[in-house]
Amino acid sequence: MTSYSHRGFSLVTNSKSIFNGSGLRIWALVLRQIYLLRSSWPRILELIYWPTIQMVLWGLITSFLVNESSWIAQAGGVLIAGVLLWDILFRGQIGLTLAFLEEMYSRNLGHLFTSPLRPWEFIFSLMVISLLKTSIGITGAICFALLLYQFNIFDLGLPIIAFFFCLIAMGWAIGLMISGLLIRFGLGAESLAWLAIFALAPISCIYYPLSILPDWIEPIAQLIPSTYIFEGMRSILIDNNFKTELLWRALILDGVYLLVGIVVFLWFFRSARIRGLIHQIGE
Amino acid sequence: MTESIIKAHNLTKRFGEVTAVDSINFSIAPNGIVALLGGNGAGKTTTMAMLLGLVVPTSGNIEIFGKDFEKKRSQLLSKMNFSSPYLDLPHRLSVRENLYVYAMLYGILRPKNRIEELSESLEIGNLLKRSVGKLSAGQRTRVALAKALINNPSLLLLDEPTASLDPDTADWVREYIERWRANNNATILLASHNMAEVERLADNVIVLRSGRVVAIDTPKTLIQEYGRENLEEVFLDIARHNKNKLV
Repeated sequence: MTSYSHRGFSLVTNSKSIFNGSGLRIWALVLRQIYLLRSSWPRILELIYWPTIQMVLWGLITSFLVNESSWIAQAGGVLIAGVLLWDILFRGQIGLTLAFLEEMYSRNLGHLFTSPLRPWEFIFSLMVISLLKTSIGITGAICFALLLYQFNIFDLGLPIIAFFFCLIAMGWAIGLMISGLLIRFGLGAESLAWLAIFALAPISCIYYPLSILPDWIEPIAQLIPSTYIFEGMRSILIDNNFKTELLWRALILDGVYLLVGIVVFLWFFRSARIRGLIHQIGE
Repeated sequence: MTESIIKAHNLTKRFGEVTAVDSINFSIAPNGIVALLGGNGAGKTTTMAMLLGLVVPTSGNIEIFGKDFEKKRSQLLSKMNFSSPYLDLPHRLSVRENLYVYAMLYGILRPKNRIEELSESLEIGNLLKRSVGKLSAGQRTRVALAKALINNPSLLLLDEPTASLDPDTADWVREYIERWRANNNATILLASHNMAEVERLADNVIVLRSGRVVAIDTPKTLIQEYGRENLEEVFLDIARHNKNKLV
């Protein structure tokens, strides 16, 4: 057994494990982001700030609409739950893409990819970092929702766990595609990291049912995993009914999205190696 | 037994219409310092980047420690390392944190001990708690060397190891590299524009011009063959296409 411990963060590995090398390399990159977060309180504040502001805003809108709209009155938490779930998707994507951008900003990719680090290990570490950052970001918003509006997201029951992983996996898939574009086109494509996912917000049906979308958009919305998650969330809150078929559709689409995300990232990574871009990437 | 540490066979790299490296062949024997020389655009950086897997060759192949580099990339990179003034370590992380992360990336079994050893020999003990972004150029070079030596590599690639250093610090770095190589029986491939440095450090030089290998020999032999006083004059002859080679 080998123990890696540095400043309170430790990892014990079994040296006989075939995953030992990969596990260590993945943990090394996660640790690098933990060090970065720990050294910069604005980064931690940024993780919590936006989900909390969004939740407070939509909580107030809910308080107003609950007396004005019979639909909202059926389930007061439907908008707040929408905000919290959307933020899991957004944080999942931005957490992954920002971890990648940090390596670009610091001109560190050349060092990373001349180490034994394999591309799939890099991808996996980005996912773990995203999971960590999303958990930090969303925890504050969940606590505020409970304190200010007495809305407990965990009232959704066990499906909330499935919803969480479906949404974060979709965030990872989109984050990987954007990171692929960043590795190929450099920091000129940086704004995509912040904006791209919002193109999916209107057709994900975060705050309204799929049926209100124009007929021609509905088939497009049905190709997006998050649409089924938000439909499933409303089904639980309004009808008290968990529809497993909605979750299955989301899971299958997530599998396809993740596969496409990984393939796109690896394709752009290979393309960047062919074009000699990796050691030139930086500010 | 491995005859050559590096074997490049018909190595070619084209970027669109531009041929950066044109069908070069060379092999590097173990335990020595080989310098890669050439003017700007001669193909040094591209060659080094191909040897490190950062750039995929258009054609040809690379063998390192007798194994196909593209097929065994991760395994081979664990025995190699690299330093370049054109790449950075994350600025916000402390020196110790950076070295710890890289120790784990290279699978070092006792990272703390290794960092202590390196900080002592490279005289960076007082810098371990400081952010990399707050270091001077000389301090950063020593930290970059610590990162490059973290896995005690059998093959070390150094790109301009003394670029932008004052003469005193540059001399300290050269002396350290010489001592480290001798103590560890490692092989170093060095790219440098500083001909005095190459003359002092390198056992052999590979000279590139317009992506082709135009000379491979010891610095002493090249100076004799060109009838010059030093390697800088030889370099100028080669770079300016002067055909005054004596033999």
